[in-house]
Amino acid sequence: MGKPLFEGAEWDFQTLDRALKAIEDIALNELKLDIYPNQIEVISSEQMLDAYSSLGMPLMYNHWSFGKLFAREETMYRAGYSALAYEIVINSNPCISYLLEENTMTMQALVMAHAAFGHNHFFKNNYLFRQWTNADGILDYLAFAKRYISACEERYGRGEVEAILDSAHAIMDQGVFRYRRPPRPSKERVAEKHRKRAEYEDEAYNDLWRTLPASLQPPVTTASPDPDDEGGPDMKLPEENLLYFLEKNSPALKPWQREMLRIVRNLAQYFYPQRQTKVMNEGCATFVHFTIMNALFDRGLITDGSIFEFLHSHTSVIFQPDFDDRRYYGINPYALGYAMMADIRRICENPTEEDRDWFPHIAGTGDFMAALKEAWANYRDESFIEQFLSPKVMRDFRLFGLHDKADDAAYKVSAIHNEPGYRKVRATLARQYDVGTADPNIQVVGANLRGDRKLLLEHRMHRAIPLQHNAKELVMAHIERLWGHEVELTEVAGE
Amino acid sequence: MTYFIDRRLNPKGKSLANRQRFLRRARAQIREAVQKSLKDAAVSDIGKERKIRISTKGTKEPRFRLDPKASGEQDFVLPGNKEFMPGDEIKKPPKGEGGASGKQASDTGEGEDDFEFTMTQDEVLDIFFEDLELPNLVRTTLKETPSKSWKRAGITTTGSPNQINLIRTMRNSYGRRLALKRPSLADISELEAKLEAAERTEPQTDESRALIAQLKEQLAKANSKRKWVAFVDPIDVRFNTFTEQPIPTSQAVMFCLMDVSGSMGEREKDLAKRFYMLLHLFLKRRYEKVDVVFIRHTHDAQEVDEQEFFYSRQSGGTIVSTALDKMLEIQKERYATADWNIYAAQASDGYTQSGDARRCVEMLNGDIMPLCQYYAYIEILDEREMEVFASEDSGAELWRAYRTVAELWPNFATKRISKPADIFPVFRELFKKAEAV
Repeated sequence: MGKPLFEGAEWDFQTLDRALKAIEDIALNELKLDIYPNQIEVISSEQMLDAYSSLGMPLMYNHWSFGKLFAREETMYRAGYSALAYEIVINSNPCISYLLEENTMTMQALVMAHAAFGHNHFFKNNYLFRQWTNADGILDYLAFAKRYISACEERYGRGEVEAILDSAHAIMDQGVFRYRRPPRPSKERVAEKHRKRAEYEDEAYNDLWRTLPASLQPPVTTASPDPDDEGGPDMKLPEENLLYFLEKNSPALKPWQREMLRIVRNLAQYFYPQRQTKVMNEGCATFVHFTIMNALFDRGLITDGSIFEFLHSHTSVIFQPDFDDRRYYGINPYALGYAMMADIRRICENPTEEDRDWFPHIAGTGDFMAALKEAWANYRDESFIEQFLSPKVMRDFRLFGLHDKADDAAYKVSAIHNEPGYRKVRATLARQYDVGTADPNIQVVGANLRGDRKLLLEHRMHRAIPLQHNAKELVMAHIERLWGHEVELTEVAGE
Repeated sequence: MTYFIDRRLNPKGKSLANRQRFLRRARAQIREAVQKSLKDAAVSDIGKERKIRISTKGTKEPRFRLDPKASGEQDFVLPGNKEFMPGDEIKKPPKGEGGASGKQASDTGEGEDDFEFTMTQDEVLDIFFEDLELPNLVRTTLKETPSKSWKRAGITTTGSPNQINLIRTMRNSYGRRLALKRPSLADISELEAKLEAAERTEPQTDESRALIAQLKEQLAKANSKRKWVAFVDPIDVRFNTFTEQPIPTSQAVMFCLMDVSGSMGEREKDLAKRFYMLLHLFLKRRYEKVDVVFIRHTHDAQEVDEQEFFYSRQSGGTIVSTALDKMLEIQKERYATADWNIYAAQASDGYTQSGDARRCVEMLNGDIMPLCQYYAYIEILDEREMEVFASEDSGAELWRAYRTVAELWPNFATKRISKPADIFPVFRELFKKAEAV
């Protein structure tokens, strides 16, 4: 048994370092996690609010909507309605985690295990993040975006820039490639792009930048995740990525406005994997912190007091109120993710007959880390639930399915947590986490570039659910601003 | 390798730029909300940080959302089943109300009609006093002889001895002495020391006598050179010079005259005080050099300080003209029209001793209005009176008297206030930025 790493609530940087080394030892040598190098930053509560309001990123271009978010969060926080998150972690290489200075030492250890190892491992290994985001380049790209947009503000006026950003944000959810990878640029186009970017760098060169610390230096041209493409006059229709389509084909936009659409689009694409893996990401981080904190306790590295404080915080994080509870606000991704992952461990180590039927490939193998790592690497929320949600978890959560038809006066219970219902409940829940059906499926189906320049959009309705009328009108106005001519959206019955 | 970085000392206010953009964006709604929230504020609360609730109109961020309530069908899963069996039916909450499905719709932008946040005192006042100003400021300066000040205007070769610029003079002198190789006192004493040593040597030879003669000659030459190359020559001397310059004055003084007599009830006094509180904040905020003179009167006028003006109680009869007398007296003593823009605001319930109104009008027309840039008269009525005196022409004695003044002088304004909600519109009207002429 070792001597406890710390006692009491106070922390300092030596203690943090000792705790981090102990956690790292467990994470790398016992759990064999595969992580980006860590960079851990201690911030104040005001800075945490700052980070909230810039989508959790350490730097972000300026826009009033971030100011609105900040004002709201600050009021909520000051009035005591909402507590701040203990941490924020950024999918970048090195992986940046923010610790809140007000945390106790126990919380700092928990947060380091959670963010710097749990989320970090997930970011580095999950296929969505590996394929769709560029952890090496994101901070450089944001620095570029911030400078580019403020240069545009200076040159073309704040109002102009704000108008374009407003419109681009309105269709940000329609600014991602869902099914195909963004088209790869050909070699010549890459060369051309580099030349253009270099020209921009020359123009924007300011000797002052040289005096800034390395992290703030202007971006190096090659590192930016900047999926570019062929494009040009021969549009490939239908196109699901509205921002991409407008950037390439809008007759009304100037080059700098197209570049701004590209910035918003790249951001949307960067955040897209996070929307698809909320349950898994949080589940992974929660499972990791729980395992590590218990390992620390088993080795005598944290005190009884600490482990109780940890358990208190852990249980409130994974608390799931019932649907009829006043506190119910959807299914808690921490609760569901953690429960499923803890259950995978149980299935590997102590399977029941039922588990052997449902999960023959992992039941009783004993090596839960192998099963979990395989899941973390190769699934997203939808497929993970479809594959791994066990009858036991469904019983524990007492999940039940409802069927809702708009015209009916009542919901119908379609399935509950019993033998005939398991598969139906599981499939329904998985569908619920499919971003593809939760987001409206809107595509560009036609654009008359020679005649009246009318842009035709189509909403392919899923199970006859239409768009919200008021919001639709407002967003259409934004699209018309970007397209410069009339835009028509028709809603058609889908599959 | 892991780094710990302490970011807590980083500069604060990283999102200030975004906040300003947001405030600008929601300007119209915020202005409305600020005025509404100030309307019923207590006197001492006017300048405080406050919570503002604005509608999200103008700061909406619309997105395409699905609306499963409109038509179509969907399936979803909820936790916490207690008694449901497959096939059971659960009645939906009536449309338009919250409930389980209402929450899913809350991030659509439809549910959030209001948006609440906190504004600092500075932000509130900025919004409130935006596009207000003191009317006709600076005009006096152009009309009257402006006051002057002496300003440095470089260096000259002539001047009076008390303006001598020693540094420049000595610098010139030093340069000249160097150029003309004036022997210093040290050089002289060195020669003298050599001479003395030579004279002391025994026995004197021809050689030493020649040396002595040479040294004597050198000494004489040096001494005479010191005489004709003066230490300070008249051509070295420099003088500071000054020129007279007119200074543009935008100094202003605001006379606040308030009736605190018995006829003014607590309610009236409170309204008047609120008005002055606002005026005081406005002046402090927008003009660096505005003097405020507080005069309160009953049958007798006194100059008082801010504290007493706003917070003390006093009572008595009413003679309005005493306040005007007091104002003139103070103005003569301290605020010459050449240097000061003079403003006055007067609050009263409109009752004064009979005959006094006429005297007031005479004083205003004769003495005060020629001095003043702007004179605002605020009459405080109770709401019943406000109905009786609905027309501008009818009113108490002082009001009718002052109407005649207003006809003569365009920079004389009269307004009526009967409830707290009137103060802000009236204030804004009185100090509206003038259209460019």
